[in-house]
Amino acid sequence: MADAADPFMTAVEVRDAIAARTLTAREACERALARIDLLNPALHAFHHVDPERALARAAALDRAAAPAGPLHGVPIAIKDNISIRGMQTTAGSRILENYVPPFDATVIARLEAAGAVILGKTVLDEFAMGSSTENSAYGPARNPWAPDRIPGGSSGGSAVAVAAGMAPLALGSDTGGSIRQPAALCGVVGMKPTYGRVSRYGLIAFASSLDQIGPFARTVRDAALLLEVIGGHDVHDSTAAERHVPAFGQALSGDIRGVRVGVPRDLLEEGVDPDVRRAFDQSLRTLEELGATVQTVTLPYSRFAIPVYYLVATAEASSNLARYDGVRYGMRARAGTLGDMYDETRSAGFGAEVKRRIVLGTYVLSSGYYDAYYLKAQQVRTLIRRDFEQAFDQVDAIAVPTSPTPAFRIGERADDPLQMYLADIFTVSAPLAGLPAISVPCGFTSGRLPVGLQLTGRAWDEATLLRIGDAYEQATPWSKNHPT
Amino acid sequence: MPSTLTSADVLRIAELARLELSDAEVELFSRQITDILGYAEQVREVDTSGVSPTSHPLDVHAAWREDVPQPSLERATALANAPDANREAGLFKVPKVL
Repeated sequence: MADAADPFMTAVEVRDAIAARTLTAREACERALARIDLLNPALHAFHHVDPERALARAAALDRAAAPAGPLHGVPIAIKDNISIRGMQTTAGSRILENYVPPFDATVIARLEAAGAVILGKTVLDEFAMGSSTENSAYGPARNPWAPDRIPGGSSGGSAVAVAAGMAPLALGSDTGGSIRQPAALCGVVGMKPTYGRVSRYGLIAFASSLDQIGPFARTVRDAALLLEVIGGHDVHDSTAAERHVPAFGQALSGDIRGVRVGVPRDLLEEGVDPDVRRAFDQSLRTLEELGATVQTVTLPYSRFAIPVYYLVATAEASSNLARYDGVRYGMRARAGTLGDMYDETRSAGFGAEVKRRIVLGTYVLSSGYYDAYYLKAQQVRTLIRRDFEQAFDQVDAIAVPTSPTPAFRIGERADDPLQMYLADIFTVSAPLAGLPAISVPCGFTSGRLPVGLQLTGRAWDEATLLRIGDAYEQATPWSKNHPT
Repeated sequence: MPSTLTSADVLRIAELARLELSDAEVELFSRQITDILGYAEQVREVDTSGVSPTSHPLDVHAAWREDVPQPSLERATALANAPDANREAGLFKVPKVL
């Protein structure tokens, strides 16, 4: 039995303690809020905390005659690009500084129906565009293992909240790695589900053929539980597939004998930090000791994944962000005419990275360049998908390090967007192919910075990834390590 | 095909995207986007003859449903976030068009 005052209790432990009446939902919520009070000034995981709402919700759960659902009384942090009715939602941008959504995202409605207690909104790169949270208009979050370093991004605040014990669970969104990369750099579990597994209704759109909401947790079992709650068809999102959501928790048998794990060794030849490589190689040996087989696979077109991703994602972003015009919501610049108002609002409201991506995306969609860049990228995207289809004839999951390097220092890469983009090499392929991928902690560098192991699976087969991740977690000490 | 984005190109594109950029932003983006496009050039060397584009990562299918009227946002709620509105008449207000 976990100590009920332990900030690193898992979601399952919190829920079970409440069910056993050794803890109340209100106490769990108060402890989370106290932890946030203690750590948020230094780590800036949360942009906005709503203690009144959370405590009222927890007290109502304590009064209920029966458990609301599988997350009864479990506190959770929400990335600030997911809409909550009545709670400010900025997407990390000045242009939405005072925006208060008039409706709940579907994932929020599902969380609350399952009994989760929402604590507040976490820091992200503006409109989820970035790998460090340095593009937040409200300042970056900080890595709890080394506060002078980035936590990763764009869902960095959610990763920090979970890693530092402010919440056992968090939601993020992943377009090119925005859940998995911060999970890896903060030493927690993060998963991008299959495209279409989770409704995006109420998620502020970045790149609509890539965006997917997914879980952060400190254990794979908790991530499985959270995915089960948020997954499934939604009449409000036509891309949320009419697929049965498996009971993911039941897939965690601990038995991975005979599972075939593929490693695209040619992608690992250069650019991977030696400590990251050492932790990754050791994780493969552990998987073999558990009875999995490890074999080499090739993904020849994955070396084009970065340029394809940045052409497709910026094109879609330039279209999605056209809606911020200062008319219906968000900030408005003072100007004499409508046209000037549009121009000045967007120029004052968007930060540098967002403007850069809008310009690039508008360019690749513009007349004369569409075929050469955008259409070409979509064709190479097809080839990247086919690589995975062929590899999955031979293996059940594909393993790479989630990030080629550990967390870098805040400011270190701020002046060179291309260098920042290149670090997404291992995370952009899965969303391009629509596939699920999980990052689980797999050790530390010599400087005590966390390293993540990424496993990519077949479409709709999150269960296999969770089963491998859970078996690996049980066999290694990493999930029991916490920042001090 | 030019892979250099000049300052004039950036200004033209920014106008399409309704962004008013400072001189410093124009200069910076011209340099940075030229770098990015230079890197992206490699995609154009891939032989994609006969390859259909992926616009949607998984099986594309039209999601049909019955067209049943549902309650939508109250007008006052929809106007609540507007920077300027005539709330009595239920209208968003914008500066003059010309």
